[in-house]
Amino acid sequence: MAPGVRLGRVSFVWRPWPVLVTLLLAAAAFLVFCLSISFGDFTIALPRVIATITGRGERVDEFVIMDLRLPRALAGLVAGIALGLSGAITQSLARNPLASPDVLGITTGAGAVAVFLVTVSGGTTAAIMSSVGLSAAALAGGLGTGVLVYVLAWRRGIDGMRLVLIGISVSAVMQAITNWLLVTADIRDVARAQAWLVGSLADRTWNEVWVATCCGLALLAVVAAASFQFKPMHFGDEIAAGLGVRHGRVRAVLLLCAVLLAGVAVSAAGPVPFVALVAPQAAMRLARRPTPPLVASGLVGALLLNGSDVLARTALPVALPVGVVTAAIGGPFLVYLLVRANLRKAA
Amino acid sequence: MTVDERGGAARGPRLAAREVSVGYGGRTVIDGLDVAIPPGVITTIIGPNGCGKSTLLRTLSRLLKPSAGTVVLDGADITGLKARDVARKLGLLPQAPVAPEGLTVADLVARGRHPHQSWLRQWSSDDADVVRRALEMTGVADLADRPVDALSGGQRQRVWISMTLAQGTDLLLLDEPTTYLDLAHAIDVLDLVDDLHEAGRTVVMVLHDLNLATRYSDNLVVMRDGAILAQGHPRDVITAELLREAFGLRAEVIDDPVGDRPLIVPIGRAHTLPRQV
Repeated sequence: MAPGVRLGRVSFVWRPWPVLVTLLLAAAAFLVFCLSISFGDFTIALPRVIATITGRGERVDEFVIMDLRLPRALAGLVAGIALGLSGAITQSLARNPLASPDVLGITTGAGAVAVFLVTVSGGTTAAIMSSVGLSAAALAGGLGTGVLVYVLAWRRGIDGMRLVLIGISVSAVMQAITNWLLVTADIRDVARAQAWLVGSLADRTWNEVWVATCCGLALLAVVAAASFQFKPMHFGDEIAAGLGVRHGRVRAVLLLCAVLLAGVAVSAAGPVPFVALVAPQAAMRLARRPTPPLVASGLVGALLLNGSDVLARTALPVALPVGVVTAAIGGPFLVYLLVRANLRKAA
Repeated sequence: MTVDERGGAARGPRLAAREVSVGYGGRTVIDGLDVAIPPGVITTIIGPNGCGKSTLLRTLSRLLKPSAGTVVLDGADITGLKARDVARKLGLLPQAPVAPEGLTVADLVARGRHPHQSWLRQWSSDDADVVRRALEMTGVADLADRPVDALSGGQRQRVWISMTLAQGTDLLLLDEPTTYLDLAHAIDVLDLVDDLHEAGRTVVMVLHDLNLATRYSDNLVVMRDGAILAQGHPRDVITAELLREAFGLRAEVIDDPVGDRPLIVPIGRAHTLPRQV
């Protein structure tokens, strides 16, 4: 049995391995965050990056780092944590590793609404792209799609597989709407919408990043507060109810948080695929826990997103949007999960 | 509820349903049912498939909210109590629960402490002691570090019962604790339930097997079509007429050669000696 630790009135279970893994992940996420700032048109050495972002830097670096590169890295950090956390919540509540915000249609829904806004607004696209309006529309789209999937999947409770199947169907419809908009729209708008749809961290400004960061922090606080009641939810509604958890309310609050977190991520980085699916599963395996650990999932998400962005900008001959790299990593991982699920069923 | 009534309730039934009606969607499963669970004994609810026995157990445990009537726990209306307070008085094991893959026995049983914990106080030495005792009492202490999904069906059920025990309640509600178990493992689990009862707990369970229900309970609640047909000690309740009325089953009731309870011998269409027909 895991030993307990007591500090005054606070007591918790002490598991050295997951704590160590979480600390290492935090260090790695910070390193990649700094690397993302370090690389650009010209490279700035890591010590100077760290000095500048902690407020002890030199004047020459300040403009490039604080105004140009930090928003990009911060957007990656916020979106990555939000996606990892969102995936950990949905996968746990549905008790199904496939139930991530991408699969449940939340990101495609956000994308469809955003594309609608871009394509119908015609010439003013550029203005809208850089404004908070697009983020808000994406958020509303994600939320609307999330609610729709939840309502359609509800049958005297939520069954994980049913939620996933409804999510895939709704996602397909949203994808069809997006495609229809793209086919019928003006070609210049299509190019912009297409770039946004892949998911990219390029050209972020403080305006967008501030909103996403503040919303992300607020949601983080709600998830942290609900995290204790979240634990029995891994055992299904009836066990949770038997243990005195108001499961209906806890699930509604947490799912809402998960949808909004995915929305925050989409508003910061566009609908970056697969991070929310992969991060919780990777965190679970690294920390050797049976269920996705919340903090570690968020950190893997941040590591994955900023890591993919750094990789996309440096290792490849042309600078690709980050979504292309996460899809390249995430696709095979999804296949691995499916194959593994099939093997287990066959065994 | 006044203090006097609560005192009275402690001597009488700890858990009772009064005029409860329960349904799913528009369909009523139980209509105006009264039942009192006597303290300190094993009560088993039996009845044909779809008669509402699981529904009754789930209503008694607050999992389902009755559309009419009340469930009373220690003198108070259960819907008025906090979920957490109910969980400190009443342990519930639903039908065929599933643990996350890879979860260890110790971690599963430790989750039973949830109603006694809070955000700040998530694990104390008290919790550790109670969990250790629960593991020992159910005979799964040796399996503590094994993943639950690697165990046999019988062991797994012991682990789940252990989790309910870690909840520290003296009232246990078990919904078909022997589902999917072979007879030897079913007996093993019911012997464990017997031990828990000997230690002073009140047990309410739903069982499918009539002979096991008769053997292991002191109080039978026989249901049909959402109503109670008979209730009492198996010796008083189990008769050939009742079995025909409740289940539409032709059977003979004889003395159990190894116990002091009646034994049900079902009569099928074939395979009977001429004198039986």
